[in-house]
This record gives sequence, C-alpha cells and structure tokens, in this order.
Amino acid sequence: MAKAIEFIKVNKWFDDFRVLKDIDLAINEQEKVVICGPSGSGKSTLIRLINRLEEHQTGKVIVDGTELDDSLKHIEHIRSEVGMCFQHFNLFPHLTVLENCTLAPMHVRKMKKNDALATAKEYLERVQIIEHSDKYPGQLSGGQQQRVAIARSLCMSPKIMLFDEPTSALDPEMIKEVLDVMEDLASAGMTMVCVTHEMGFAKNVGDRIIFMDQGEIIEQATPTEFFEKPKTERAQLFLDQILNH
Amino acid sequence: MIKWLKKNLFAGWFNSTLTILSIYILYLIVPPTIKWAIIDADIQGTTASSCSSGGACWVFVKMRFNQFMYGFYPEEQQWRINLSYIIGIGVLAAIFWARNNTSKVLLILGYVITAFYLYHGGILGLSIVPTYNWGGLHLTLVVAITGIIASLPLGILLALGRRSKLPALRLCSVAFIEVWRGVPLISVLFMASVMLPLFFPSDLHFDKLLRALIGIALFAAAYMAEVVRGGLQAIPNGQFEAAKSLGMRYWQIMGLIVLPQAIKIVIPGIMNVFIALFKDTTLVLIIGLFDLLGMVQAASTDPKWLAYSVEGYVFAAFGFWIFCFTMSRISVRLEKKHG
Repeated sequence: MAKAIEFIKVNKWFDDFRVLKDIDLAINEQEKVVICGPSGSGKSTLIRLINRLEEHQTGKVIVDGTELDDSLKHIEHIRSEVGMCFQHFNLFPHLTVLENCTLAPMHVRKMKKNDALATAKEYLERVQIIEHSDKYPGQLSGGQQQRVAIARSLCMSPKIMLFDEPTSALDPEMIKEVLDVMEDLASAGMTMVCVTHEMGFAKNVGDRIIFMDQGEIIEQATPTEFFEKPKTERAQLFLDQILNH
Repeated sequence: MIKWLKKNLFAGWFNSTLTILSIYILYLIVPPTIKWAIIDADIQGTTASSCSSGGACWVFVKMRFNQFMYGFYPEEQQWRINLSYIIGIGVLAAIFWARNNTSKVLLILGYVITAFYLYHGGILGLSIVPTYNWGGLHLTLVVAITGIIASLPLGILLALGRRSKLPALRLCSVAFIEVWRGVPLISVLFMASVMLPLFFPSDLHFDKLLRALIGIALFAAAYMAEVVRGGLQAIPNGQFEAAKSLGMRYWQIMGLIVLPQAIKIVIPGIMNVFIALFKDTTLVLIIGLFDLLGMVQAASTDPKWLAYSVEGYVFAAFGFWIFCFTMSRISVRLEKKHG
C-alpha cells in the first residue's frame, strides 16, 4: 500500500528541550493509527508536524508524496489535503455553522458558493447537525461543536484526517456522539491519525497503536497485542494507569 | 412614585445626602445658565448694540454663522458643501444597511473622491475654490473625516506589521508607531507646515491642508495601530491554527477570521480614537488653517464684537459636542449590532 505519511529521523526541540527524538514512522493510506502516551510525551507535537502547525528541525516529513520544507507552496498544498480536529474545536465564532463549513472551500478551493453550500449541507447531514446550520458555534454544545469541526474539515475533501485529543474537552455524555462520527469516517476508508485516550475507540477502530513516551516511539502494535500484552514496562504502566482508575 | 424615590434616591443617609447635594449643585448651575442662554438672551438685530438684555448675545453667532460653517468659501458656491453633506448622510445610511464589506469600502472611496471634487472644483464647470478659502465647521469635518477614513486601514496594517514574523517589517512598524506616538500633534503639524517645505525644492508646491491631513492621518494611525493590536492579541491561537489547517493563507486568515473578530472587540477603543481625533483637529489653527474653533476665535477678535467671545466658544463647544456625542452613540449601536 502507498504511504500517506512518512517520518524519517525527525527531531524537534523547543529551545533546549528535545520533544521528539529520531522519529521514524510510516502510515499507509487508509490506515487508522491511534497515538497514545502520557502527557508531555510529544504525541500532540508529532501530529501537529503533519500539517506544519509545528516545524521540525532535522529529518524529513513527507505527506501525500510532498515533503514538508520551507516552501509555502508545499505547506499550503499539504494543509489543503489534510484535515484536522482540535481539542477545543476552534470553530470560527463570528460565522454560522454553515459559513464555518463553506469558508475554506470557497476561498482555498475556489469553489462556487452553491457548490460549497451543497457540500457543506451533505457533511452536516452526515454528522447529524444539519438542523443547527444557521446557529453560531456559541449556541451549540461541545459535542455538537466538535461534530461541526469534523464536518468543516471534511468539506475540504481531505485525504488524511488528524485528530488531536478530539474528546478531551467534552463532557462524558457527549464523547460518544463524536466517536460515532469518527468511527463512521473510519469505516468509509479515511486515513486517520488520532491522538486520544479513548481506549475503546482505539480497540474498535485502530489498525495500529503507537505508544510514545518522552519524545520517542516506544511501542507499535495492533490493538489486540497492545492491550493484551504490551512489550514494554512503560506501556504496561501507562495502561494500568488509564484502565484501572 | 414615592416608593421609587425612596428606593433610588433616599436609600440610607449617605445616599440621601448625595441626592440633596446633587440637587443643590444643579440648582446653582442650571437656572442661571438657562437665564443667560435663553431668557435674557438677544437674537434680534444685527449689531452689538442690539444686545442689551444682559444675557447671551446670540446676534454675534447669528451674524457670523455663515463663516463658522463655511469659512471663506464663496457664498454662491456653498451649495456644493451642502450637497456633499446630504450625499454623506445617504452614504452613511447605505453603509449601515450594506451587508458586504467590498461595497462599503467602494461607497466610502466613491464619497471621498466625489466630495473632493465638489469642494475643490475644476471639473464639470465647477469653479476652483483653493483650500486656503476652506474653513469653519466644513474644514473641521474635512480634516476629521479624512483622518478617520485613513487612520483605520493604516492602523490595521501597522498593527499587523507589529505582530509580523518578519523582523524588518516588525521593526519598521514598531519604529513608526513609537515615533508618532511619542511626538505631540502640535509639533507634527508644525513640522508639516514649516519644516517640510524646506526639504523640498521651492517649485514643488504641496498644499498646506494636504500636508496637515497627512500629518494627522499618520498620527492617528499610530494610535489606531495600538488599539487594533489589543484586539489582535485577544484572538486565541486556536483560530489561527484552525484556519491554517484548512489551507488558508495569511491574508485570508487575517481578513476572514482574525480581523472581523478583533475589530469587533475594539470598537469602543476605535471610536475613542475617532473622537479624540475629531477634537484634535482644532490644533490646525496653529498652522493658519481656520476650523470651527479657529473661525470663532478669529471672529471674537473683531473689535465690533469684542465682548462676546464667550457666546462664540459656547457655540463652538456645542458644535463639537454634537458630533462627538453622535459618534459615541454610533459606537454603542455598533457594539450592540455586533455583540
């Protein structure tokens, strides 16, 4: 299978602090990868390198066949092919739900307004929030906002979707509605990279679990292997902490 | 009624004392003012000798009213100024109604160009009225509105420059803002009218009003930049990240996501700069331009009306207050509309 994302010996420092250490990783098209690990392990930084919200200092990151370097053209191309959902949704509060979804297609993809509206309605339907189209983000619950954020990304027809702790800021009863949408997306064949603590989701959907600690990839395994008998002590410790609280 | 009074004006001894004190102060100020300005005032007649009742002599303001409004603009051409005011009110209403930003900008630009040709003339058979004949309230409005229209976009660019990642651009913006903010407006105007011509070849004629306008616009832009920067800083980083992750470019992010939110937050600050700018226009007097206040001052040195400068200044103050108060009301409406 073709590679969607490739990290080759990637290093990143914040000042003197080395957040990522010699990361080598390849993610295939249509693969669903779940990244987990304790806080401060560099998992968010890793996922944010993929669409250049953070810059790496050494090594190579190749996304969809294009290398991420200082070329703005490359960065813009990759960003338009990679969708991202954030922990705090980051919807545009001055625009309605529908406008949030049509803005980028119209200005980045140069779609006609009617086409953009049709696409937006299709995805809002799919995340089951079409009835709130004309509301502003501030009028929606967290779970609804996150589903709008997913729809907003999908409107750009991305080849890859990144999720950076999409359910961490949600009340427990809203987590499921967001995870359902993500599972639906996974079953449709989207390439997905998720940073999450939702181990149930990781088991159901993940093709591969990546466990990170202190800027390194400690362990990669299928969900069954990872949850039944992790190879390293650190992974065991992490699982004990999040599963038996 | 009694209940309301008790609850709002006489709740407790402290509250009651304040109420009584306020009523006493109002009693000291209001009746004499009304007596002076209305009851004992004179408005009939045409000369200072008609003012005999001991109150305000509005005859002075009445006789000079045309000058206060239009300066030395030829009387038979003053319809051009009046026409521009009428168009201006129409444009203002249209801007309130317009939904789309491009049409708002085009309306404003169209108005500036139309007004300039109306005032200055030189096309369509309109005779040329040189800028040294402009004056009074008209000049105040020309200076203030030019300053207002120019300072907002300039200020936004400076604010963006100050937050730019490019060091050279950032340095230039910071230097510009700090220099203009650090200098009093009077010295800016003085430099513009006295020193600037020394640096240019003598055959290059550069209108004095234009120089003052540029000086005031740049001065106001520096203040505006800091107000807008405050708004930019209030926008969370997540907004930039979300916009970037959708593939938007710098100007798209700024124009579509960040500025609409940032400007909304700082509407009161922007209006504050506008109001300060409006009143600062009176300083053009020191470089020999006669705005409303300048005209009043000049008129009150006329030997025929020597005793009546107070009436003139009250009139000027009232004129300024009307405009500043209107701007403050507009600000409140904008805040409500976009709140």
